[in-house]
Amino acid sequence: MDKIITIKNLNLFYGNTQAIKECNLEIENNKVTAIIGPSGCGKSTLLRSINRMNDFIDIFKIDGSIEFEGNDIYSSKVDPVNIRRQIGMVFQKPNPFPKSISENIVWGPKINGFTGNENKLIETSLQSAGLWDEVKDRLNDSALALSGGQQQRLCIARAIAMKPNVILMDEPCSALDPKSTSRIEDLILELRDNYTIIIVTHNMQQASRISDKTAFLYEGELIEYGETKAMFTNPEEQRTEDYITGRFG
Amino acid sequence: MSVHLSLGIKKLQKLIINVGTLVEENINDCIKSLQKRDIQLANSIIEKDDLIDEKEIEVEEECLKILALHQPVAIDLRYIISVLKINNDLERIGDFAVNISKRVKTIIELDAKEIPQEILQMSNYLSTMLKLSLDALIDKDETKAREILALDHDVDKIHSKLYEMAEMAMNSDNNSIKYNIQLLTISRYIERAADHCTNIAEDVIYMISGEIVRHYDHQN
Repeated sequence: MDKIITIKNLNLFYGNTQAIKECNLEIENNKVTAIIGPSGCGKSTLLRSINRMNDFIDIFKIDGSIEFEGNDIYSSKVDPVNIRRQIGMVFQKPNPFPKSISENIVWGPKINGFTGNENKLIETSLQSAGLWDEVKDRLNDSALALSGGQQQRLCIARAIAMKPNVILMDEPCSALDPKSTSRIEDLILELRDNYTIIIVTHNMQQASRISDKTAFLYEGELIEYGETKAMFTNPEEQRTEDYITGRFG
Repeated sequence: MSVHLSLGIKKLQKLIINVGTLVEENINDCIKSLQKRDIQLANSIIEKDDLIDEKEIEVEEECLKILALHQPVAIDLRYIISVLKINNDLERIGDFAVNISKRVKTIIELDAKEIPQEILQMSNYLSTMLKLSLDALIDKDETKAREILALDHDVDKIHSKLYEMAEMAMNSDNNSIKYNIQLLTISRYIERAADHCTNIAEDVIYMISGEIVRHYDHQN
């Protein structure tokens, strides 16, 4: 199985507080990997370290390595902007730019030197995010006029426009209603053919529905990582079983 | 585990134990009716089966309710799925008790001679296997469940022996054909009921450990 991201002996700190302890994890290419665990267990910290989003936090410190396609993304030779282009991110709350739908798509590629056919980029990105049919007649309308679910799909389309290899999703459905959630979940399954997706979710039913592999974090430790089906029917670790059955956490 | 799920599972435990107890009583009564040639007891088994059928549906509905409302996972999911399957096995064992009772009534009407020791031996095996399987389910005891798997082989051997005995008896005495067919049918029902006890044991093992032991030769 192809590994696209390899996390080795990773320790993450905020000042003196250790958020992730000795984490070793291999993310497979073109799979959906879910990261689950109780609040404060380090899920989002781990996810954000994969595209160097934690660099913006002054007290953040890293020990160990995260390799993307064999290269350490924290190496001094690596440009974090380039990493974020290849490893896109979708956040908990939809955060479209206060611009038109089409500008939301082309903004990132343009500032990264895109000189190709913008209309084609807008159409293919919106189609990939399953939003094209809903917005094709109002591409110049403000993105903020879209519903929450549409805004989140626009953010996914915006990430796709950068042609990333990996898309990180930090609880992408937590602010959405059930119908919009279902639409995003369907989309994740469609995107799996072309992208590697890592999703942090509090919703264990969502993790079990959409992911191929699941990682369970508890108090900064990776307790169990394996096939989602096995994890939700017969987990190996008692702590995983206790957490997913709601006996703690 | 949420309080709602916990209450649902407790209720389900009570319901499945209730079905198991009713089936166990019917199996034990049908063995007694065979030993004592008691037509009244045989009739009571047939009547009680309706109640087992009702309770079986109640268990199934409770399982579906828990699955739909709580989406259980891991041990809770394995428990619900196992109970769903065990419920079906118990109901089938109940049906075999009815079938055996009907054959017992015919044997009594035939005013037949002594019942072969092997049939009684098989019946005792079945009774033990059923009791063990219910104990294994209630106590979540894998050791007891594995004992049942071994016993099933003994029941199969006695069934084969009875087949040979009946064949010989029918060859030597044409008048014994009707009686021996009844005996063989009873033997077959007991053997099938024992197979369902084995299924219960396999489901209990799955419930406890997540290991699927169906389709294995348990003698090796």
